[in-house]
Formats: sequence, structure tokens, C-alpha cells
Amino acid sequence: MPITKRRRLFSKSAATTVAVALGATALAACGSSDGDSEADSGPVSLTYWTWTPGMDKVVDLWNKGPGKKDQITVTAKKQAGGDTLVTKILTAHKAGKAPDLVQAEYQVLPTLVSNDVLADISKDVGDAKSKFADGVWQQTTLGTDAVYAVPQDIGPMMFYYREDLFKQYGLKVPTTWEEFAETARALKKKAPDKDLTTFSANDSGLFAGLAQQAGAKWWTTEGDKWKVGINDAASQKVAKFWGDLVKEGAIDNQPMYTPPWNKALNTGKQIAWVSAVWAPGTLTTAAPETKGKWAMAPLPQWSESENVTGSWGGSSTAVTTDSKHQAAAAKFAAWLNTDDAALQALAKESGIYPAATNAQTSGAFANPPEFFSNQPDFYTKAAEIAKTTAPSAWGPNVNVAYTTFKDAFGSAAKNKSDFVTALNTMQDDTVADLEKQGFEVSE
Amino acid sequence: MTSGRRQSYGVKGAPYAFLIPATVLFTLFFALPIGYAVWLSFRKVKVSGLGLGAGARKEVWAGFRNYSDALTDSELIDGALRVLGYGCIVVPVMLGLALLFALMLDSDKVRLAPFTRLAIFLPYAIPGVVAALLWGFLYLPDVSPFHFVLDRLDLPQPDLLDGGPLYLALSNIAVWGGTGFNMIVIYTSLQAIPAEVYEAAKLDGATPLQIALRIKVPMVAPSLVLTFFFSIIATLQVFNEPTTLKPLTNSVSTTWSPLMKVYQDAFGKGDIYAAAAQATIIALATLLLSFGFLRAANRRQKQEAAR
Repeated sequence: MPITKRRRLFSKSAATTVAVALGATALAACGSSDGDSEADSGPVSLTYWTWTPGMDKVVDLWNKGPGKKDQITVTAKKQAGGDTLVTKILTAHKAGKAPDLVQAEYQVLPTLVSNDVLADISKDVGDAKSKFADGVWQQTTLGTDAVYAVPQDIGPMMFYYREDLFKQYGLKVPTTWEEFAETARALKKKAPDKDLTTFSANDSGLFAGLAQQAGAKWWTTEGDKWKVGINDAASQKVAKFWGDLVKEGAIDNQPMYTPPWNKALNTGKQIAWVSAVWAPGTLTTAAPETKGKWAMAPLPQWSESENVTGSWGGSSTAVTTDSKHQAAAAKFAAWLNTDDAALQALAKESGIYPAATNAQTSGAFANPPEFFSNQPDFYTKAAEIAKTTAPSAWGPNVNVAYTTFKDAFGSAAKNKSDFVTALNTMQDDTVADLEKQGFEVSE
Repeated sequence: MTSGRRQSYGVKGAPYAFLIPATVLFTLFFALPIGYAVWLSFRKVKVSGLGLGAGARKEVWAGFRNYSDALTDSELIDGALRVLGYGCIVVPVMLGLALLFALMLDSDKVRLAPFTRLAIFLPYAIPGVVAALLWGFLYLPDVSPFHFVLDRLDLPQPDLLDGGPLYLALSNIAVWGGTGFNMIVIYTSLQAIPAEVYEAAKLDGATPLQIALRIKVPMVAPSLVLTFFFSIIATLQVFNEPTTLKPLTNSVSTTWSPLMKVYQDAFGKGDIYAAAAQATIIALATLLLSFGFLRAANRRQKQEAAR
């Protein structure tokens, strides 16, 4: 890396200046926040860390409507999503300065709860529970009586395919995974330079969702002990299935979200994608020339009698223990994710797929996404599929499992080697990390 | 009288007053963070029960556990070996090219010197992340214009993001970006050599090549030592290029270089204690290696001067 001393000196002095400036604003902020905490009965102002685009406009609705009445003002602060936000929240919490509200993906809730970041808001969210599917709500309670977040969006998994190319090659939309494998092989026979899809190791959520569909329970509790089942029978079945397809060359092994992947989708080199309800947005930017040529179907099943799907993505709104106004924050969280006007605004401004069941087919979701204008019943179908989402089982170190997945499955996909070995690595690393932190783990 | 005395007091205290800003900044933004990182490296979390709810997680003393874990961590050691291999390509090639370009620019016969100098230097002005992205696109078989041309000519198309070629691919980015800077450093010290030295050499019948090898290179040796020193540090800290290429290929793991492992442990796995210990080890290794090299180089120079 050509970072030489000279450049580093420059950046260091720049960093110092910034740090000094930040120090000054931090001091100023300290001064003003003291004023806030004293005025508990009066006007309340809350900070909300979120990565959802357009959230400021939705928050404006609150500030001008119900928030104005209750004198609760919310300020949305845009954040980077994913793992880095979790680290940022944990660090802020360590300093006792976490924001009042945070956006958190479902799988990181146990990590945050385990670090005592999230407040129990069960008393302040009213009848919010009734607005969500049980499987979705259960993720925010971690199986306890507490409620640690209000679900915002969900990502039920579906099968996307190029309708025109499936017709051209005489392929049938697979309803079972066995048929899926047959379809991949049939395509290879008819067009050797094309792939049905790819196995990508750069997003752990995809594999986690597929395992969830197969019935995997990665983290469960037994009394005071955690049990890790990352290499349980269901997950092994899924790993072996995809590993075999990669090994025999029936599908590609290159990661997604890369320029070649975009090109493969755009030119029809890859003609299907196992994805979630948010796929139209991704396809719009990745494969703009294929507009109107795709169709969505339920995820293939492990046996014909089944009808379940996994979930990939989705997030919730949580209140932190550092917040001095937890009840007010919980009130906003409940409004944001259950109020009709808020959900419509979220759908319009942010393009999210709401977790609240009644919002999944109304308003913005009455018509299909523009990219799928050829499938008028897109969202009706999506809402039906969302109902079949299998329960998920997250634990306190999902981040470790996900990190290990990327490396273990990345090299297995590259070398076309045994995926079950990679799965075992994931299991071992996850258990080792839990034990290192002092968790009791049952065998 | 009184005013004179006061003045002398002021003069006495002045150096300390001038030192205060630097000392405060150094303490606040350098010594304290480093001290805190070292402190963290001796800590760890201890969870009780299921770890859910308040007070279930405590920070406790870990002794040297984080250090022994880091030193026995095969990923960290593999990462160090990978970086060593990478450095063995980058440092000689980059400095060799830098020296060659500097000597060529310094020769009498060069044309368009200012333009050439700028052209070679320019890649250095491009941020490492942008450079890595740019090259990444050129390496990826499906979008690379090189592969397109090779394909049209029916020539073999090597996958540069796999196995051994990956080291070449990464090294190429570093060489492309770093040669210009090192060239400027060497070139500047070439310019400082007095013209009489060349004149004397020419009168003694030295050819341009002999002047270059016997006079110029030994006289810019201090600059070579300096650039070598910088290059070693930069190599040990390689992070931008592999991190940027990571999402594009399965060949680069999230812990490819030691610094990536630190980043991964701190921000991926959320174990800042282990990350702090690894960071301390890397800092110490960098200090030892670079200053060890500097001392060895200095000693040699002194010996040669004494001779």
C-alpha cells in the first residue's frame, strides 16, 4: 500500500484538527443536553439512528402531527447500516450516550440485549403485537415477556426468474429444491455458458434464511445455557445441496453485488435469483435492461407438502436504556411501525416492505413494483408468502457466525470443496466465541 | 527595575508556554488513545448465564490471554505471511522502478522531463481505495477490457484474482500508486548532487552508466534507505487494497492482512479486546522491524564513512 509517511502526516494533522473541532461541539452538546433532562414533563426531543433512506421525511410527519400534540420531537440521524452500526451503538452505550432510538436488524437484537443496550418497552407499545405476524413479533421478544423493539420491515424470501428465458429454454418454475437442481442442470445442458444462479458467500443472511426455511434453529436456550445448532441436520442439508451444485458446476460460484454479477443478470447470463421481497429494488439498479422480464414465485420447498420460506433482511426500531425518555421513544417507535400514515410514508419515501400485516397489501402495495409491472399480483402473492415465514432463532453472537461464514464458505465456493466442512467451521468458531465470552454452552 | 524583572520571568516561562499546545495535543490525541488501547488489550468480557438483561456482562482483567491468543492465532500468522509475500514483490519492484525512473529523469538526454515526472507521480495522488476499485474492475474477467481483447484474440485469459496471481494483482496496485512518490524523493536528492562531482567523473572518463551506478546511486543511498523504511511500514499496514477487492472475489478473505484481521475482530466480531491486543502486537512488530532496519542502515553508513 503506497501510504507513505508524508500522506500519513497530512492526514494525522487533519484528524487532530477535526478531533479538536469535534471536542468543542461535544462540549457544547453536553451543555444543552443537561437542559433536556431536567424538563421531563415538558417538551421532549429524541435522537433516532437509522439507515433507512428518506426517514427524515417520515419523522417530519410525526413532528408535525402526533409528535407536536405530545411535544415529542424526533431527529433522525442517518447512519451506515449493518455491522458497523452495531459497533457504533455498543461504543456509544459504553459512554452512556447511545441515542434514544436505534434501527436494528432482527439478528443483532440478542447482541444488543446482551450488552444491556435495549430497554424493555412492553408497557409502552400498547397493542402493537396484534399488527404483526407471530413469527415476526417473536424476534423482538427473544422468547421472553419483554419487548425489545417494534418490527419495521421484513424480508420474506422468494424465487425470482427470467420469465422469457425460462420459456425460451423450456424450463419449468421449480417448486421443490430437487426440481431447482434439475432446472439448473437442464439449463447447463441447453446453454452451457449460462447459469441458473450463483452461490454467493458474501451475504451470510441469504444462507441463514435458506437454513431457516429448512427448519434450522441456530441458537436456542436450554435453561441457563445456549445451544448452537449451526451444523444441525437441516443446515447440513442446505449446505450439502448448494455445495453439490457448485461442485458439479450446475451453478456459478462467484459472489453477488459485483460488477460481473450485475452484468450477468443484465445480459441474461444468470437467469434466476433466490432473493427476498426487496429484490425488485436491487434488480432495478443491477439489471435495468431486463425490466418487465422477471417474475416472482414462492421459494422452492424441501418437500412437496411444505409451504415455508425463510427471511433475508428486515429490521426493527428499538429504544435504548440510555434514553431518558423511554416511554416517549417507545410511543414513537409504535407509531412509526403501526400507524397507517407512517407506514404509507415509509413505503413511499423509503421503499421498505412493512412488517405490519395490514400494510402489506394496501396503499403503496396495491400495485406491483414498476420493475415487475408484468406481475400485477406481486404484492398479494408476497403477502401470502410472508405469512409462511419460518420462525427464526438468533443468538448473542450472530456477527461472529456471519463473519466466519464469509471466509469459510467463500473459500469453499472458490475451491468447490465440501460445504459441510465450512458449516462445521462456522459452528466451531461460534461456540468458541461464546465460550470465550463466558457464556455457558451446552453440547 | 520591576518591569525588567517581570520581563525576565516572562522569557523564562516562554518555552514552556509554547510547549503546552503540542504537549496537550500529544497527550490527548496520541498518548491517551494508545494507552487506552493497551489497557483494553489486557481486558475481556465475562458473561454470566444467558447474558440477557442488565448486569449480565462485565469487563474483567484478562492478563496476557489476549496476547497469547493472538500469537497462536493461525489466521493472524497466515495473514502476516501473506503480507510478507506481498511485501517481497512490492518493495523491490517499487523501489527499483522509482530509482530507475529517477535516474532516467536526471540524465542529460531526457525530453519532456516535467511532463514525464508528473505522469509518473500522478497515480500517487489517487486515493488507495479508488485505485483499488479501478484496478479491480480491470482484473474482473467479465468486465475487464483486457479480457475482452484477449478473448477476441483467442488468447488465454488469466484470472488475476486467484491464487498466486492475486499477489501480483495486489502488488501491482501498490507499485502503480507508490512508485511516483518514491521517485520524487530519490529524484530530489539526485538534484542536490553538486555538478562538480559529475564534471570530475566525466574528466576521469566515466560513461553515463558508470556515473549512474558508481556516483549517483551511492550518493542517494540515504534517500533509498528512507524510501525503503516508508515502504516497509506501508506494506505492514496494507489494508485498503485487499479490503476494497474483498467484495469482488472469494479469493480475498476478510482476514487477508493482519490489519484486516484487527478490523474484523473489532467491527465484525465486536471483540475490541482481542483487536486491541493484535493492534499492539502489529505496532510493536512494525517498530522493531522499521527501526531495526534504520539502525542497521545507519551503522553501515557510519562504517563506510569511517573507512
